[in-house]
Amino acid sequence: MTDATTPTPRRGRGTELALLIFAVGIATMAYVAVDLGALGRVPPNTMAYLAGLSVITGIAHIVVRSWAPYADPVILPLVVTLNGLGLAMIHRLDLAEAEAAAQAGESGSTVDAPVQLTWMVVGVALFVLVLALVRDYRILSRFTYTAALLGIVLLLLPIVPGLGYAVRGAQIWIQIGPMTFQPGEAAKIVLIVAFAGYLVRTKDALALAGRRVLGVDLPRARDLGPILVVWVTALGILAFQRDLGPSLLLFGIFVLMIYVATERISWIVVGVALGLLGGLAANAAFGHVRTRIEGWLDPFSDTDRFGQIVQSLYGLAYGGQIGTGLGRGRPDLVPFAESDFIAAAFGEELGLAGLMAIILIYALLASRGLRAALVLRDPFGKLLATGLAAGLLLQVFIVVGGVTKLIPLTGLTTPFLSLGGSSLVMNWVLVALLMRLSDAARRPAPPIQRMTVDDAVTQVVRLP
Amino acid sequence: MNSPIRRVAAGCMLLVLALLANITYVQAFQADELNARSDNRRVLLDEYARERGPILIGDVPVAQSVPTDGEFGYLRQYPQALLYAHATGYYSFVFGRSAVERSQNDILSGNDDRLFVRRLVDLVTNREPQGGTVRLTLDPAAQEAAFDALGDNKGAVVALDPSTGAILAMVSKPSYDPNPLASHSVAEQQAAWDALLADPNKPDRNRAIAQTLPPGSVFKVVTAAAALESGRYEPDSEIPGPASYDLPQSTRELPNQSGQPCGSGPEQLTTITNALRVSCNTAFAYLGNDLGDDALRDQAERFGFNSEPLTDEDLNAATSVFPAELDPPQTALSAIGQFDVRATPLQIAMVSAAVANGGALMEPYLIAEVRGPDAVTVLEQTDPEELSRALSTDSARELTDMMVEVVENGTGENAQMDGVRVAGKTGTAQTTEDRPPFAWFTSFAPADDAQVAVAVVIEEAPDTARDDIGGGRLAAPIARAVMEAVLGS
Repeated sequence: MTDATTPTPRRGRGTELALLIFAVGIATMAYVAVDLGALGRVPPNTMAYLAGLSVITGIAHIVVRSWAPYADPVILPLVVTLNGLGLAMIHRLDLAEAEAAAQAGESGSTVDAPVQLTWMVVGVALFVLVLALVRDYRILSRFTYTAALLGIVLLLLPIVPGLGYAVRGAQIWIQIGPMTFQPGEAAKIVLIVAFAGYLVRTKDALALAGRRVLGVDLPRARDLGPILVVWVTALGILAFQRDLGPSLLLFGIFVLMIYVATERISWIVVGVALGLLGGLAANAAFGHVRTRIEGWLDPFSDTDRFGQIVQSLYGLAYGGQIGTGLGRGRPDLVPFAESDFIAAAFGEELGLAGLMAIILIYALLASRGLRAALVLRDPFGKLLATGLAAGLLLQVFIVVGGVTKLIPLTGLTTPFLSLGGSSLVMNWVLVALLMRLSDAARRPAPPIQRMTVDDAVTQVVRLP
Repeated sequence: MNSPIRRVAAGCMLLVLALLANITYVQAFQADELNARSDNRRVLLDEYARERGPILIGDVPVAQSVPTDGEFGYLRQYPQALLYAHATGYYSFVFGRSAVERSQNDILSGNDDRLFVRRLVDLVTNREPQGGTVRLTLDPAAQEAAFDALGDNKGAVVALDPSTGAILAMVSKPSYDPNPLASHSVAEQQAAWDALLADPNKPDRNRAIAQTLPPGSVFKVVTAAAALESGRYEPDSEIPGPASYDLPQSTRELPNQSGQPCGSGPEQLTTITNALRVSCNTAFAYLGNDLGDDALRDQAERFGFNSEPLTDEDLNAATSVFPAELDPPQTALSAIGQFDVRATPLQIAMVSAAVANGGALMEPYLIAEVRGPDAVTVLEQTDPEELSRALSTDSARELTDMMVEVVENGTGENAQMDGVRVAGKTGTAQTTEDRPPFAWFTSFAPADDAQVAVAVVIEEAPDTARDDIGGGRLAAPIARAVMEAVLGS
């Protein structure tokens, strides 16, 4: 239908395919490097692994071609790279665990990498499902209050007796039969949708100026309701689930989104003030928060009590600038290296250079989401894209910053890298939404219909 | 809405920059500090994974790393632990290293710059880096003789090769076993360390070089050297040797050990040779005051007092002291090795060695040579070096004859050897009433062409009655055993 004078808009699917081949290559080479480094041999199932990753990635690519043809071509390759690196590192830690078990004379140890690979398949399936079901992201704004309710239910689930259970003191898990799940990861996405929908409706009221203090127009007191609700919820997570990370993340995302919606810096001021207040209160009230802060200020004062962060720093230092090489360090010495501390494992084996590259992949991913937010024309889409992209980066900052002692340590997964099904699957959903948003942002506006003679006949009102 | 989105993007960039700056700080700048921490298990694993080079005596390893099956690659072992503990030192991951294990750590661990090329080759060929070899100067025969002769006494022996300064024996009793400190079990290391710290006898202290004691009468050799070097005295110069010496500017008196005068005639005169032979306190007190504290100090310093020995080996050797600014009574007491004069057995052996070597003091050393991991490439060989000219050749010859007289006809008779002229000097240093005296002996043999100079000190001898503790009786036989071992081998 297009004529020669209007060129086909660049969809970038070819670029995406090329980058995906590159990403699968990196993932496979990382997998091979782990075995070479740790065992001195190429893994026997290398070709099967390559084929499996190619199929999973290929399906995602084909689905994007048909259902989100204008989506940003960089997002999917970045995610595949991260997911692949995560698989390689989890496999690497499996090997370390097997070696430790062999030395202790025990037979058999848990093998996490195949489980994680299975979850990657589930994640891509959900990615496909989201792109199939959500053909236009704007329908999501219809579910604002449903989403808010769902988000709160998801947050509450882990503290329901008999359903939720605690791991390492953090009450963030639920168990249904043999299945375990961290509903917080799903709650994050659902709540971002809810925030976006809610803020689009109320942004004009929230933007009204209240009292002026120190050159900043503070919001009106009556508009403080929503932020206080989120604040109390965040503190509730902290109190009942004993987990600092999700609480910080949730509150941070809300403050960012309300700022973007209202364009008023005063909301940041209010947010930071409430955050500090909550932090001080939490420090005074909860021992686990105090421990984290003490461990941040001076981890070497008690290397047993603050063993996690100390071991993490040792790992990073041991890796130095270029790292020990995959399979050649001792990332298993860091507790929970496969989940919360996977960034330290990468810092050790890939060094400063590798960890920087990983952080920059996240930065690129977030920048692609924010770019979509800038280009999108409707406020809901803008808010949603900003919330998802900035939320992802904030999560990376909180967890990587904690592991590297930039900020106090908190419990959060590193998106796509950490072991854990709920986190991996939900982040694939998040990426599906970002793809949908960027597809809408880059999709050319429907061409203005030029009238032809035939059309003219059908005009009801003949123009002069 | 675009301007706040741009600001959010800028904020995200700031967060990313903060992360990058922080990991740069940790991984590039703080890394060395973190890697040096003793509770850093990675460094421990790394260290144990390497084959640490052996410490050899002759061709026999006295410290070596043997491969193990466990998580740790190599275990440090000391086959003759008690005999060589103070030379090898210990190698403990938790408590660090000591003695040669510490001073030669770079070579032994393979980190030395001289092994750089080797490390590069190892890196390329994917081979675990290996440490170099350190060979000590110790003579096993002398070391064993000293160790056995000391028995259960608390004390130390040092034997030197007078012509080179090579340390032939270095024994400190009681000794300790460094093996448990090198254990792969931190609990075992801790237990051994606690036991070592709790032991009131301080077995880890190297009494041969790291502890100074009042030298007592063995210091008279230094005073005699000062007298000969002054040009005003000959070995047969006569000096007063009464039963008791009136300390100047004081009412105190300094008696002879025997209570008898060592001179004869109305003025109770004696020769310096005779005064040394019978270890006459009054005569040497007189001599010291006559020469003055500056002359004594100068002579002592030419023998090595007031300066750090073994600086290259870095074995924490203590500096022997001849005090500054002495008044006449202090000078008199210092001349017989009392007051604040303090010396290590090493220092006393250096005095004998200098006399034995025609007055030239050779710098003592423990490391004979350092080789690469292949045990063939010699990286460094210690060349004997003259530390100072302690006294003239003539004075040295005269002093040698005087010391031979001590052994042949005087207090040092217990050091006599068949068919070998031995030169020596006893010492019995009183400290306080409530503890036994320190028994000293120093000697060298053969007197004309010395191959060994020895110093022995006994701090405590549990099996000997207090009155029997004396340099001649207790320490001289030990010195003889060591000299015989060296001359016999």
